[in-house]
Amino acid sequence: MIEFTIWDVLRNLLLASRWTIVLSLVSFIGGGLVGLVLLFLRISRRKWARAVAKYYIELFQGTPLLMQLFIAFFGLGLFGIDVPAWLAAGLALILWSAAFLGEIWRGCVEAIAKGQWEASASLGMGRLQQMRYVILPQAMRIAVPPTVGFSVQVIKGTALTSIIGFVELSKAGTVVTNATFQPFTVYGLVALIYFALCWPLSKSSQILERKLNVAHRNH
Amino acid sequence: MSLIEITDVRKSFGDNEVLKGIDLDVEPGEVIAIIGKSGSGKSTLLRCINGLETISDGSISVGGAQLLDDEAHLKALRLKVGMIFQQFNLFPHLTVGGNVMLSQMVVKKTPKPAAEAMARKMLERVGLDHKFDAYPDELSGGQQQRVAIARALAMQPIALLCDEITSALDPELVAEVLAVVRELAAEGMTLLMVTHEMKFARDVCSRVVFMHQGRVHEIGPPEEVFANPRTPELKQFLGVH
Repeated sequence: MIEFTIWDVLRNLLLASRWTIVLSLVSFIGGGLVGLVLLFLRISRRKWARAVAKYYIELFQGTPLLMQLFIAFFGLGLFGIDVPAWLAAGLALILWSAAFLGEIWRGCVEAIAKGQWEASASLGMGRLQQMRYVILPQAMRIAVPPTVGFSVQVIKGTALTSIIGFVELSKAGTVVTNATFQPFTVYGLVALIYFALCWPLSKSSQILERKLNVAHRNH
Repeated sequence: MSLIEITDVRKSFGDNEVLKGIDLDVEPGEVIAIIGKSGSGKSTLLRCINGLETISDGSISVGGAQLLDDEAHLKALRLKVGMIFQQFNLFPHLTVGGNVMLSQMVVKKTPKPAAEAMARKMLERVGLDHKFDAYPDELSGGQQQRVAIARALAMQPIALLCDEITSALDPELVAEVLAVVRELAAEGMTLLMVTHEMKFARDVCSRVVFMHQGRVHEIGPPEEVFANPRTPELKQFLGVH
């Protein structure tokens, strides 16, 4: 029987972590872009646009991420479209993140006092100009802590993609366990790596929150 | 033709009709005080004039710009009439100078140097040119309201709407804001102000409008309205018997 050292295990896990990081970044950035579109739809003056965004968000927040992954992976296959695991994983995570980010940001935009809209409107600004120059710069400040906080959820969410066969940190953990028969050591290391990725983010979210709130200054 | 023409304006919020047919024409250079109990519709009327509220019926025009509910018409109207709010509504993320420059650059596409020159001029007019680089939260309420006035003036409107602009101020700060308004009136700016400052209305305004239950109940020069209120409602409001 081949002996595996801790280093062998760790090295394989670290290599697989690259995919966790890449998938997290893709999901977060892609989700952010789609989330921005959702935000604009959600606060649009057109009723149909608000309805579209609302139902989208309710659908993606109201179903488990795992089901979304299955549907992206197997569902499209039913139509004869061959979806590789990385594509299904990226797509599902982007759409899922977008629903949450869009809703977080809508809350931030709505937290800006109505008077800011009225003052900028009375100065003749159009809706996009109001958003760009008056509302978003203020909303972004309050959006930073919850957005960074949500990025932690995205990282942990990538673990689910192991089920459809995408080889990231969790999947690598299973593979390595099957070879070494040391589940406790392997999954312990997996957990530590997740922690090393997530903890700095949660911590910085807390620090940012304190920094932006306690001073309560807007500049 | 009058500068501001308000013709049979009606406004309802749901089943509640707050403006029940308002007719009011304002000539250039007039200073109009709108008084009345809360809920009489005076703030709503003011907000309708620059399209912050849509009207249910009737028409409003300012200097030939009609109030219509699309962005192009609203912009044309709002370039003619500025508004100052009870809560100042300065942009907290911008400096005083930035507040006064923003809409010039964004709406009128004024180049930055020209916008800055205009901002300095308007801030000087309200006595705050030395606060150009300060942020709104470093200023007193009275100073913030004067910046708001400078911000509205920088767009060179032909009329200003003032919605209870001294009501959120500490008593000792009211005078500095009213002094600025008094000066504007003396320079011939057309002003429509909802106010509780009766003494100011009496001294400065050319006409006083008393609103009651969504209608113009009495209207006339201040000496007449204040000295000889004709209706029991106005008498009660003014506390004379």
